[in-house]
Amino acid sequence: MSSIYVTVALFLLANLVVALVAAARGPTSADRMLMALLFGTTGTAVLVLLAAAGGGGALVDVALVIALLAAIGGIAFARRAWHTRETHHD
Amino acid sequence: MTDALGTGLLIVGAFFFFAGTVGLLRFPDVYSRLHALAKADNLGLGCVLLALAIDADTLEAALKLLLIWPLVLAASACVSFAIARRADTLGIAPWEKKDGR
Repeated sequence: MSSIYVTVALFLLANLVVALVAAARGPTSADRMLMALLFGTTGTAVLVLLAAAGGGGALVDVALVIALLAAIGGIAFARRAWHTRETHHD
Repeated sequence: MTDALGTGLLIVGAFFFFAGTVGLLRFPDVYSRLHALAKADNLGLGCVLLALAIDADTLEAALKLLLIWPLVLAASACVSFAIARRADTLGIAPWEKKDGR
């Protein structure tokens, strides 16, 4: 089972690399924030998988913290940081 | 039996993460990208956590894994609502299919 966990974790990591390209592309700050939220969720999944593959239970706690921080970051962005409407929006 | 079930759930979860990433790359506006992100959040992580909970050693470890899912569900719903309402307040119009294409 452990090798499957590592394989899926690597696949999710490859997903994140692709999403990184999209985050650099933009075009609006909201799109970049959505990438950050995807990073939070995928990072949670990767950490949980690594914990099951032999990393130990502490990684599950880290995954919980990452999930919480992604939520707080998203809310802070929507309520506090996103003020301007970008002109280029397709 | 549980191994096969766990592997299947892992593959389904990885597929939903992949679909969410592709949706974020390909969808035209912020509202539809929120929709794509929700797939990765809710179903992708849910399937992965369920697969790991099936394979967990103790009941406590399994419940702790399954506890992450409702947290992410609630957070995803709140963040999606906040971002969509902010985008609407800023006057970003939802994408519509152009005529004649």
